[in-house]
Amino acid sequence: MQKTSDPVALAAIAKRMRRTAMEMITAAKSGHPGGSLSIAEIVVTMYFDVLRHDPANPKWKDRDRFILSKGHCCPILYAVMAECGYCPKESLNTLRKLGSIYQGHPDVRFIPALEASTGSLGLGLSLGLGMALSAKLDKSPARTYVVLGDGEIQEGQIWEAAMFGSFHKVDNVLAIVDSNKIQLDGFVKDILDLEPLGDKWRSFGWHVIDVDGHDIPALQAAFAEAAATKGKPTCILANTIKGKGVSFMENNPKFHGAAPSADEFQKAMQELA
Amino acid sequence: MAAKFELKPGAATREAFGKALMELGKKNPNVVALDADLSKSTMSAGFAKEFPDRFIECGIAEANMVAIGAGLASAGKIPFAASFSAFLLNKGFEQLRVTAAFPNVNLKVVGTHSGISIGEDGPSQMSVEDLSLACSLPGFTVLCPADEVSMMRLMHAAAEHVGPVFIRAGRAKVPVIYGSDQEFTIGKAVTLMNGADVTLIATGLLVAEAIRAAETLAAEGISARVLDFHTIKPLDRDAIAKAARETGAIVVAEEHLVDGGLGVRVAQVVAETSPVPMEFVGVQNTYAESATPEQLIDKYGLLARDVAAAARRVLKRKR
Ligand SMILES: Cc1ncc(C[n+]2csc(CCOP(=O)(O)OP(=O)(O)O)c2C)c(N)n1
Ligand SMILES: [Mg+2]
Repeated sequence: MQKTSDPVALAAIAKRMRRTAMEMITAAKSGHPGGSLSIAEIVVTMYFDVLRHDPANPKWKDRDRFILSKGHCCPILYAVMAECGYCPKESLNTLRKLGSIYQGHPDVRFIPALEASTGSLGLGLSLGLGMALSAKLDKSPARTYVVLGDGEIQEGQIWEAAMFGSFHKVDNVLAIVDSNKIQLDGFVKDILDLEPLGDKWRSFGWHVIDVDGHDIPALQAAFAEAAATKGKPTCILANTIKGKGVSFMENNPKFHGAAPSADEFQKAMQELA
Repeated sequence: MAAKFELKPGAATREAFGKALMELGKKNPNVVALDADLSKSTMSAGFAKEFPDRFIECGIAEANMVAIGAGLASAGKIPFAASFSAFLLNKGFEQLRVTAAFPNVNLKVVGTHSGISIGEDGPSQMSVEDLSLACSLPGFTVLCPADEVSMMRLMHAAAEHVGPVFIRAGRAKVPVIYGSDQEFTIGKAVTLMNGADVTLIATGLLVAEAIRAAETLAAEGISARVLDFHTIKPLDRDAIAKAARETGAIVVAEEHLVDGGLGVRVAQVVAETSPVPMEFVGVQNTYAESATPEQLIDKYGLLARDVAAAARRVLKRKR
């Protein structure tokens, strides 16, 4: 794979990955388009610029780790991992089908290069803290990145992890909240409002960076600031649009967990051309 | 030979749960419902629309929801807390244990999307250990209805029963087994078919499969009794002892891990009353995967074919 820090190149990859994710979900006839589209820039910037990793050596001990705690958004992760060479591109459209390695939620039994099996929300930050602590014990430079959903962080365990992370100064972990303002049954503010969210993380002892989650240079700057922040963990609040890139999916709770119809797919692909 | 069953296509038990919840809401102002950001999937959304004041959206925080439900119950309400069974039982277990089971409060918890027949979402969303967990809670009543009629009736029975209840529901549409006039009593199995050679004890999704298996076996000259164990706890010990005594061989079939499921609970009663050979149909010590519901129940051996094969095996061991 060819890594790059060029925002224009990264944006082009993100657009391609959006198309791939839409193809996969449409072929599967089920899955979660909204939250896959909202993290396209985040996952692409991670894998193509920020992460220290080697697809030829997925178990490299000092690699950085990436955990998609909001596991239902795995189509975009599978697309990016396949693009990197971790798993075959040809079979991406077998998503969710019998015998496919592309399971409905990330499953390390099928793709060993995944760092975690996720799908039950609320677990990823604790897992990431464990991996980050292990790196500290090994004096390894490895960093751990955890992408959380904004609905997901209603789980109490996230806040146990937040308390732990700052108390133990786990500065080699980074939490990225995909703040797309929508969860399954509707808008986060109507279901269980999280605001003021930055204040919450700050009061739990985290360094907080607010960023536009679709602005690649801003994301790159935030990741660099996080890496330079010592003595406390960092949380990036990525303000995103659920369904970003496909007009009729944007900010539309319906596309949390519904696959596009054939017509909708055509329209989406035109918009993502 | 027993009457032929006509298994017509029916609703999912989660849909029947949603309907029954609305009926209960109309009947009793003390009934409240809780959900954890899954009301469109669990089907508690209808109740939420009809009775917004008595619907409590908890967000993605199942443990908190269970304990809030226990608090409501302690204060005299009849709360029904719903989520996917996997999240409800696994995230909420400590709360079920200490805030509901210990004090024996009147909390009802409904786990939808149980078993492997949810299909494409895969094993993180599948619950194959919920019956085992729920049955391990002293004082809990554990229900696993097989069709819409039994779900509706047992929801009403659960509301009338004083004490904690776990009700298991499925995502997939299932055949209608019962006529609308069928009566159900918590703790009393229903005899669906009479038979003398072997007894097929089934629950939930596997009840229809057991009926189909009994019809296959009848064509081979084997007379199978079919019992619907809609109540997993308390177990209908009399029906089990009678089946062991009268048929001398038992197959238990469930959409659940064989470890800790209905089968081992029935085996305990068989051992205590009339030991006879048994066979177990269920998920064998594994987590499933993504595929269509039909492919999964085929691959993991939960079809009538598998129940019939278990019956033939157990008959070979019958003395
Ligand atoms: C513990 C748990 N509870 C419930 C669910 C069902 N579920 C899947 S996605 C989802 C909503 C998630 O919302 P959010 O975290 O905001 O994700 P995004 O908007 O990025 O899709 C829910 C409730 C789950 N997967 N895990
Ligand atoms: Mg969200």
